[in-house]
Amino acid sequence: MIRALRTFAAFWFDFVVGDDWRIAAGVVGLVAAAAVIVHLAVVRAGIVAAGVALAVVVLVLAAIVSDARRAPR
Amino acid sequence: MSLTASDLGVVTASFLASGVELVEALTIVLAMGVARSWRAALWGTGAAVVVLTVITVALGTVVGTAVSRSALQLVVGTLLLIFGLQWLRKAILRSAGLKALHDEDATFAEEQVAAQAAGHELRYGLDWYAFVISFKGVFLEGLEVVFIVVTFGASAHSIPLAAGGAAAAGVIVLVVGAVIHRPLAAVPENTLKYVVGLLLSTFGVFWVVEGLGTFAPGGGSLGWPGGDLALPVLLATWLGASQLAIGTLRRTRPPVTA
Repeated sequence: MIRALRTFAAFWFDFVVGDDWRIAAGVVGLVAAAAVIVHLAVVRAGIVAAGVALAVVVLVLAAIVSDARRAPR
Repeated sequence: MSLTASDLGVVTASFLASGVELVEALTIVLAMGVARSWRAALWGTGAAVVVLTVITVALGTVVGTAVSRSALQLVVGTLLLIFGLQWLRKAILRSAGLKALHDEDATFAEEQVAAQAAGHELRYGLDWYAFVISFKGVFLEGLEVVFIVVTFGASAHSIPLAAGGAAAAGVIVLVVGAVIHRPLAAVPENTLKYVVGLLLSTFGVFWVVEGLGTFAPGGGSLGWPGGDLALPVLLATWLGASQLAIGTLRRTRPPVTA
């Protein structure tokens, strides 16, 4: 039973998160941070939108650069 | 009825994602059919399609009715973004030559060798190996399509459009596969995955931001400057950033041969 649950959980983890957990963790962390900023209403919606978009682009580029560095020369 | 930018994105992403995934599923089913048993391969395919249909209907009903619009946008946007960035990352690495391209002919040959080496077990009158491998292949590849169709469709209030795009790709892959009877190795899989990654990432960011309105003091969706016009701007940003990454990696890293 536990083995089946583990297999089930591993399947969904692999399906949603994929083979680079840093991207998933980065997106979730970014959304959480943006949610706090929106809740506190400290900046305008347009700035939140631009900030989130820019942060996501930086996140994926950072992951790709990291992948490239680890790739065999 | 005219299509909005959002509708067009939904149809295109569903069509391309479905096409790419079904090309991969077709390779597995063809290998099982050729090496083992067409009857078992087709039963496995049919069973997977039935299960996927049930999941689509169940998920579509739950997603479409159970949550508020902004909460749905936030959850769907976050998931699409995670999904889309993975597709985009792999496509960029493949385009830059740092990751081997997917080769349908090689996959077909590997599946055939494995199928010929596997033992023969008959269950319910079917070659069980061919049935199970075909079922798994279609189910796993199809699950991604179901996910994209349901989430994209629900967020854009266009599940029929998303399903239509996916179904159209399914019909094309099936017809072409049945006619030529071999893997569709000429399909530019990486380019299609790159486009799907761009679209999922674009809509993912768009809906995440709109969904963040859930946390605003007044609730409701957060607005993008320019509304839906932000979509092409986001798409252009992703395109520019990804092309910059590909160009830089090609200049600074030697290609991987595999």
